[in-house]
Amino acid sequence: MDPREFWGKSTKFWLCLILLFAVLLGFYSQDTHSVVLQRMQLEKKESSERDCHLDTCRIPEVPRLVYPKAQLLKPTRVDVLVMTPWFAPIIWDGTFDSAILDAQFRNITVGLTVFAIKKYVVFLKLFLETAEKHFMVGHKVNYYVFTDQPANVPQIPLQEGRQVVVLEVRNYKRWQDISMHRMEMISNFSQQRFLREVHYLVCLDVDMKFSDHVGVEILAPLFGTLHPGFYRGDRQSFTYERRPLSQAYIPRDEGDFYYAGGFFGGSVPEVYRLTMACHQAMMADQANGIEAVWHDESHLNRYLLYHKPSKVLSPEYLWDEHMLRRPPLLRKLRYVAVPKNHAEIRNR
Amino acid sequence: MHCPRIALGLGFCLLVGIALCSLWVYVENWLSVSYVPYYLPCPEIFNMKLQYKGEKPFQPVTPSQYPQPKLLEQKPTELLTLTPWLAPIVSEGTFDPELLHRIYQPLNLTVGVTVFAVGKYTQFVQHFLESAEQFFMQGFRVHYYVFTNDPTAIPRVRLGSGRLASIIPIQGHSRWEEISTRRMETISQHIVERAHREIDYLFCLDVDMVFRNPWGPETLGDLVAAIHPGYFAVPRQQFPYERRPLSTAFVAGGEGDFYYGGAVFGGRVARVYDFTRGCHMGILADKANGIMAAWQEESHLNRRFISHKPSKVLSPEYLWDDRKPQPPSLKLIRFSTLDKDTDWLRS
Repeated sequence: MDPREFWGKSTKFWLCLILLFAVLLGFYSQDTHSVVLQRMQLEKKESSERDCHLDTCRIPEVPRLVYPKAQLLKPTRVDVLVMTPWFAPIIWDGTFDSAILDAQFRNITVGLTVFAIKKYVVFLKLFLETAEKHFMVGHKVNYYVFTDQPANVPQIPLQEGRQVVVLEVRNYKRWQDISMHRMEMISNFSQQRFLREVHYLVCLDVDMKFSDHVGVEILAPLFGTLHPGFYRGDRQSFTYERRPLSQAYIPRDEGDFYYAGGFFGGSVPEVYRLTMACHQAMMADQANGIEAVWHDESHLNRYLLYHKPSKVLSPEYLWDEHMLRRPPLLRKLRYVAVPKNHAEIRNR
Repeated sequence: MHCPRIALGLGFCLLVGIALCSLWVYVENWLSVSYVPYYLPCPEIFNMKLQYKGEKPFQPVTPSQYPQPKLLEQKPTELLTLTPWLAPIVSEGTFDPELLHRIYQPLNLTVGVTVFAVGKYTQFVQHFLESAEQFFMQGFRVHYYVFTNDPTAIPRVRLGSGRLASIIPIQGHSRWEEISTRRMETISQHIVERAHREIDYLFCLDVDMVFRNPWGPETLGDLVAAIHPGYFAVPRQQFPYERRPLSTAFVAGGEGDFYYGGAVFGGRVARVYDFTRGCHMGILADKANGIMAAWQEESHLNRRFISHKPSKVLSPEYLWDDRKPQPPSLKLIRFSTLDKDTDWLRS
């Protein structure tokens, strides 16, 4: 046999084997590398979204910004409490710098849920128009309008990156039921859609309008708003549900604040947990033949007492000028009630 | 008869080509993450992958008795309690230790501490650990990591239950600046190799210090920095940032929030890993350019905290210099320096 031929065949064989090995190695290392990176990024994202409540700030990198320096020995507000004992910031005007926060919260999408059922559709136009001027300006926003009359949702000109999503839902005979079932509807849609579409959810009342800046300073894993009627009061005077039979019961010696049912929110997973818990609590109450004194607001307060919010919004974020005289500590009114005839609008 | 040779040649070229392609893709992915100049050899740290521990779901707070927060109480002038990006500034009176304990206790957290005791600094370990046993994270599981070039010089200190100490040998260096700058690298490598499996939160502290008052879960956060006791009352132009544009730690005149101390920083293990790795990359780049920042890794730490703002800031109560007179706004000094002869120590 020709030694050269033999050597040639063997070489070709080994060469092919080496080539095959190299190709496989190339693809495999690229594949696993990107898989490992992806998994790291996913875990990073998941772990930062399921972030321990008690830390509210995102750590994303911010570009070079020019802004005045904070001074340690000069608190920005000395007339009000700006941080709860569990380190949740209480958002008042002057405590935050929007330039830094906007840079930290760039590339996020905020979902806003609002319920316009039966006669409440009339509030939508002013609500959406003022939201366009003041709510999360410069960020991507999805307005989720829950209504039983999709045809009556007004067409509002929207800024870039913002859209209205109309979600058709059923109505209820009693206004209390409409109010309470908001929790159920939000939790359903959180799971079905919101988790994939937005980073944060803000759940608002519709019979209101925006009158000043409401921006990313409110965003946190879980936040509630101080009810304008009770920010001064003692916990004994809060209108919590006081009957032990109800799931929303809070004893007289407990309670931090009285939170308003018309402005709460957080990351989608946390809002899902909150709305699910409140809905289940309301169903349990219904089975026991009891209805909490302030309906979904009572259940919200119970939840936020035992699952402390990571940010609390001051009454600047929910005010009623017609019912309350504006104190000097409220430098801005950002989200205010629109006057309405309660009796007329609530029933039928 | 030159067919096999051509085939061999072609095959070899193909092999080399594929190998280069794979290498390019691999390196490219990592390059997009760091800003190290391409001509530097990639340290092993690039190859280390961090497996994140599973997150625990948030536990509800059990009902408990504590006073209602007073929303409208007028407080006498004290310290700022919130940064402009809404990070809490922790000082005495801003938090309720009972409430925080009740929130954090059920989470079964383990808190790690890294200290570097190299050369003559081993003499501080005893006092540090003894005071930590008295004041640091009472009621939590704690793991001390003592990095030293001389394990025999580290004394045995009695630790409480649920608290461990590990002595980790590292290389000593003749120059103290070198020892100081290597800390970032050592910490990030240590996290990947070991710490991420053992602890949830990590604090990186200087060893020539002592605890004087309780240091508890109020300090826990995603990424925690402490304000340097020497610069909390001066304008940013007077901060001892690195001012040479050649350095990666360069901070321009109009930038800066607070001057943070290099002796105390920490946070969630994953965040501390990102942070120390980022600082280390900057230190390496400076090394390649033959420059060392004004205050070594403290300069890099400050640079990084401007673009990656801490989620919680500790007031100078948590990093104090006993040589300074205590101002009335600082109610409770918890962690401070020991009086010492630095020249002798660093020789």
